[in-house]
Amino acid sequence: MSTATIHWISGPVLRAIASDSFHIHEAVQVGNKGLLGEVVRLKALADGRQEITVQLFEDTTGLRPGDLLQGQGAALSVRLGPGLLGQIFDGLLRPLSGGEERNFLAPGIYPFPDQHFPFYPLVAKGAVLKGGEPFAAVRLAAAESTGNDNLTQLCLVPPHLQGTVIAIAEAGRYSDRESVCTLEESNGQTHTLAMSHNWPVRTPRPVAERLTIGPPLLTGQRILDCLFPVARGGKATVPGGFGTGKTVLLETIAKWCNADVIIYLGCGERGNEMAGVLDEFPHLEDPRTGRPLMERMVVIANTSNMPVAAREASIYTGVTVAEYFRDQGLHVALMADSTSRWAEALREVSGRLGELPGEGGYPAYLSTRLADFYERAARVQTLSGKGGSVTLIGAVSPPSSDFSEPVTTHTKRYVRNFWALDRKRAHARFYPAIDPLTSYSEDATLLASWWHARGNPNWAEQRRRFLTILEEQSRLERMAMILGKDALPPQQQLVLLAATLINEGFLRQSAFAAKDRFASPQKQNRMMTILDRFVDLAQQAIADGMSIEQIRNLPLLRRIQRMGEEIGEEELELFTQLEEAMEKALHQAQPRLP
Amino acid sequence: MITANLSLTDAITRIDGPLLFAHRRVDVGLNEAVEVIGSDGHARLGRIAALDDELMTVEILESTSGLSLTGTRIRFFAEPISFSLGPGILGRIFDGVGRVIDGGPPIATHARMPVDGAVLNPMRRKKPEDFIETGISTIDVLNSLVRGQKLPIFSGGGLPHNRLAIEIALHARLRQSKEHQESASPFAIVFAGIGVPFETAEFFRRSLEESGALGRTALFLNLASDSSTQRLLAPRFALTAAEYLAFVEGRHVLVIITDFTNYCEALREVSASHGEIPGRKGYPGYMYSDLATLYERAGSLQGKPGTLTQLPILTMPSDDISHPIPDLTGYITEGQITLNRSLDRDGIYPPVGVLPSLSRLMKDGIGRGFTHPDHPALANQLYASYARAIQVRLLANVVGSDGLTPDDRLMLTFGQQFERRFIHQNKARTLDESMAEGWSLLRQLPINELSRLNDEQIATYIQPGAE
Ligand SMILES: Nc1ncnc2c1ncn2[C@@H]1O[C@H](COP(=O)(O)OP(=O)(O)OP(=O)(O)O)[C@@H](O)[C@H]1O
Ligand SMILES: [Mg+2]
Repeated sequence: MSTATIHWISGPVLRAIASDSFHIHEAVQVGNKGLLGEVVRLKALADGRQEITVQLFEDTTGLRPGDLLQGQGAALSVRLGPGLLGQIFDGLLRPLSGGEERNFLAPGIYPFPDQHFPFYPLVAKGAVLKGGEPFAAVRLAAAESTGNDNLTQLCLVPPHLQGTVIAIAEAGRYSDRESVCTLEESNGQTHTLAMSHNWPVRTPRPVAERLTIGPPLLTGQRILDCLFPVARGGKATVPGGFGTGKTVLLETIAKWCNADVIIYLGCGERGNEMAGVLDEFPHLEDPRTGRPLMERMVVIANTSNMPVAAREASIYTGVTVAEYFRDQGLHVALMADSTSRWAEALREVSGRLGELPGEGGYPAYLSTRLADFYERAARVQTLSGKGGSVTLIGAVSPPSSDFSEPVTTHTKRYVRNFWALDRKRAHARFYPAIDPLTSYSEDATLLASWWHARGNPNWAEQRRRFLTILEEQSRLERMAMILGKDALPPQQQLVLLAATLINEGFLRQSAFAAKDRFASPQKQNRMMTILDRFVDLAQQAIADGMSIEQIRNLPLLRRIQRMGEEIGEEELELFTQLEEAMEKALHQAQPRLP
Repeated sequence: MITANLSLTDAITRIDGPLLFAHRRVDVGLNEAVEVIGSDGHARLGRIAALDDELMTVEILESTSGLSLTGTRIRFFAEPISFSLGPGILGRIFDGVGRVIDGGPPIATHARMPVDGAVLNPMRRKKPEDFIETGISTIDVLNSLVRGQKLPIFSGGGLPHNRLAIEIALHARLRQSKEHQESASPFAIVFAGIGVPFETAEFFRRSLEESGALGRTALFLNLASDSSTQRLLAPRFALTAAEYLAFVEGRHVLVIITDFTNYCEALREVSASHGEIPGRKGYPGYMYSDLATLYERAGSLQGKPGTLTQLPILTMPSDDISHPIPDLTGYITEGQITLNRSLDRDGIYPPVGVLPSLSRLMKDGIGRGFTHPDHPALANQLYASYARAIQVRLLANVVGSDGLTPDDRLMLTFGQQFERRFIHQNKARTLDESMAEGWSLLRQLPINELSRLNDEQIATYIQPGAE
C-alpha cells in the first residue's frame, strides 16, 4: 500500500507528499487514529514525487505535518453483506452500535464487531457462476426462528468476477469476512469469496437491463397513492420549508410502503429523529408480513453535527446499499432526508478546495451530481436474471421555503414526482401538507391500469375530478374574496363544499391516527368512490331544488369528513352503510319539483 | 523540534485580521488551543487553524488589537480549547470564555471538557418524552415542551421574549402522573447572554436572584461591549457547562441562550474577516452546520439520569421568519415558539403567534399515559379552527362581515375569543386549566366545524348532557 507524509493541513483538507502512486478518489487512512479520507487531487512535483490533496471525513483535531497516511488501493468502499438489515450505521457504513462507551462518537477507526451468520451453499463444486449470481444464502436470526424466507439473503458473486466454483464451504456458521467459496477463471486465476464484499460507493452497481418502471410503490397515503403516485423504480422529491412535514412523510412511507427493504438515510438532520426511528420501528409490525418493521430497514445516520464531508458521501453509501439489495431481486425504497444538506456539504467541500462557486454558491456540477444520484433509481433485471427495483425519495429543504433555489429547481429536472409541501396547510395542522395544486406525478398515467385492474375502474376519472375540484376551489375562493361567499351560485358553493370534503375527508391523513396512518388500496378505492358519488348526488339534489345550506347541514357530512380515521381496515363494509346513508340523505329532500 | 505545552516568543511573521502566522518551532497539532499574550500582558484565546512544514496559522478568537510582531508570546496547551468544570459552577458568573467574573474564587476542577463537545451517538440517545408544564397555555396545550428538546423562541426587537423565557425557566416542572414520577435528579439552569446589553443581563440575574434560583444557575455573559469573536465561544462554553451538569452530575438542565441573532452576526463578521465566500445575505455557507453543532447538544442518553433542554432566543431581523437566522434555526431545532407583534400591540401576553409555532416532540410527550388522552385531539381542533378563523378574518377584512355565512361569523368571534381568553393569560395556568379553557372555546362552534374531534369527545366536552 502506498504511503504519504502530511506537509500541510487546515480543517478537513490536507496535502501530503507521496513517493508512490495514488489515484483520484482513493480511500486513505490518516494518522495513528486511522481517520478516513479520500484523495481529491493529484499533482506531480519536480522531483518526481506526487503531492496529493485529501478530503477527510472526520474531525482532524491533533493532526500535524509529518503524520503519515496510507492509501487503501481502492476508492471509498463499503462492505455489503448479511449484517446490514435492522442496523444503524454512520455515513460511511460503520456501525453505530455499542454500549455506554459509545455514548459519544470519537473519530477514527473502530473495530467492526465480527459477526457470524448461518451459511447455506446454493451451488456445488464445478458450478459456473457469473458476476451477480448467488452462490449461497444466509438466513438471518429472525428467519431461523420464524421460518420466514423473506428474511433470507443471498450472497452474490461480486459483479466483475466470474468462474468455476472450485471450493465451497459446507453449511454452517461463518464470519461474513471469512472465505467460503473459491472461483477459478478460465485463465486459471482464482478468487476467494466471502459472504460480504466491498463496493465503491460512487460507482453504480451494474445490471443486466433497465426496465420500464412500475407497478406503484404503495405508500398507504391517499394523497400520494391516488393523486400523486410513484412507481417502483421511480423517483420523487418532497420540497418543503422547515416543519412542513418532510421527515414525518418519509418516515411514514418507510413504515408502510410495500417495498421489501427500506434504506432510511438521515443526511444532516436531527439526532433525536434518528433516536425516534430506532425507538419506534422495532415495535411496529409490517402489515404484510407481521414482522417488526425494523427487520427490513437499514438506517444510515449522518446527523447535522457530524462531519460535513461524510454527509456528502452518505448519500452514495445509501444508494449503494439499496442497489445491493436490489441485486438480490428485491424491491428497495430509499428515503433521503435531506438532499439539501447533502448539496450544502458538496458546496462546503467544493469551497474548501477553492473551486469556483456557481449559482447560490453551489459548484457548477451540482446538477450533474443530482442527476447521477437520481439516475440510480430504476427497475431492473439483475445480473442473475431477477427483477428488482430501487425507488428514490428525497426531501429538499429550500432556504426561506423558496422553491426557485438551485437544489429544488435542479432536482425537479430529474425526478418524475414532485410532492410540494405547503406552509399554510402545515400551519393549520393539515397533514400531510402536500399542496395538490403545485404537486404532480408523471407516473400517474402509467399506473392507472394497475388501479383499474384492482377494484376501481374509475380511478383515473375520479383522480382527474378531484384535481379539477381542488383547482376550481382556489379560483372560487379568490372570487369569494371580492363578492362574498354568499354571492356565489349554489353549484359553485357546492364545488367549495366538495373541495372541503375532499380535503378533510380524503387528503387529510394523520401519520399518528391508529386506524388511518395506513390505508390499503381497497380502503382508498372505497373512500374515493364515496366522495365521487357525493358530488354526483349533491349536484343532482341542487338541480332538484335542495338548498346548499341544507346539504351543508347534513349531519352525514361529519361522517364523511371523519371516515378515514373512523373506519378501520377490518370493517370496510361500514363504507357500504355510509354510502347507503348518503344516497338516502341526498334523495330525501326530493322531489321538490315545481 | 520541541514538544508542546511550551511558549514561543519572537516567532511571529505576520498578523492579518484574526489570523496570526508564526514559525512552527513547536510540535503542535491542528485545532489545539493557544494563548496569545501581547506585550500588554493580556491573554487572548486562539486555536491552530492550519499547519505546514514551516508555518503555523493561529486563529485568534478574541480581539487582536494591541498585538505586535515582537514581544508577543504564544502559549500552547496541547489540547483543544477546554473548560475546567466542577460542582462549584452553580451560582457563579463567567465571561464568554469561561473566566470567573463575579470576584469569587476560581472553580475547583472536577473535569476538563473540550468546548466543542463530542457528537452524541444517535443510537445512544434517549427519545425525549417527559412533558414539562410551563404554565403557558399556548405552549402546554398546543406546543408542548419535553425534556431534551431544543425549542427556540423566535421573537422580534421589543417583544417580551426575555420575560417569557424567565417565566418558563422558573415555572417549568414535570407533571405528576402515575407512570412518570418526578425523578430525583436535581434541576439546574445555564444562562448565556450573547452580545446582550447590560440591562438584559441584569434583568435575568435579578429575576433569578429574586426567585431564589440563582444558586442553581450558571451565568455566562458576553455583553454587547465584549469582542464579537468571543461571541462565537460563549455558547460553546455555556453548553459545555450544561453537558457537565447533565451528563456528569446527572441534572435536568435548562439552557437559555440569548440572543442567537448576535451570535450569527458575529459569525458573519468573522467569516468575512477570513475572506470566505459569503452565502445568503452575507452569512457563511456553513452557518447551518455551525448552528447545528450547538443546537444538537440538547438531548439525553440512555441509561443516564440527566437531560439537556435548550430554549434559545433569537430576534428575527425585521420580523422576517424567512431571514437566514430563523430559517436555518427552524431547520435544526425541534420546533419554535413564534412571538407576534400585532398580538403584542393588542395587549395580549404572551403574544405567541400560534400558527407558525410548532413543537415536533410534542406528540411523544402528550396523550394517554403522558398528559391526557384527549390532549392531542384538542390541540388539533384548536389549531384547525383558529387557522380557519384567521382565513375568515382575511375574507371579512375585504368583503366585510355581511358577506360572510353564519358559520363564518361564528368563526370570526371564535378567533377573537381564542386570542383574548386562551393566548392571553395573567398568571400561570396548570395544564388542566388550559385545557378547560380550550374546550370552553370550542363549545361556541357548530358540530360540523369540529371534525378533528370524535363523537365521544363531542359528547363529553362540547355537548355534555345532550343526546
Ligand atoms: N403526516 C403527518 N401527520 C401528522 N402530523 C404530521 C404529519 N406531518 C407532519 N406532522 C407534524 O409536523 C411536525 C413537523 O414535521 P417534520 O418534522 O416532518 O417537518 P420537516 O419538514 O421534516 O421539517 P425540517 O425541514 O425542519 O426537518 C411533526 O413533528 C408533526 O407534529
Ligand atoms: Mg425534517
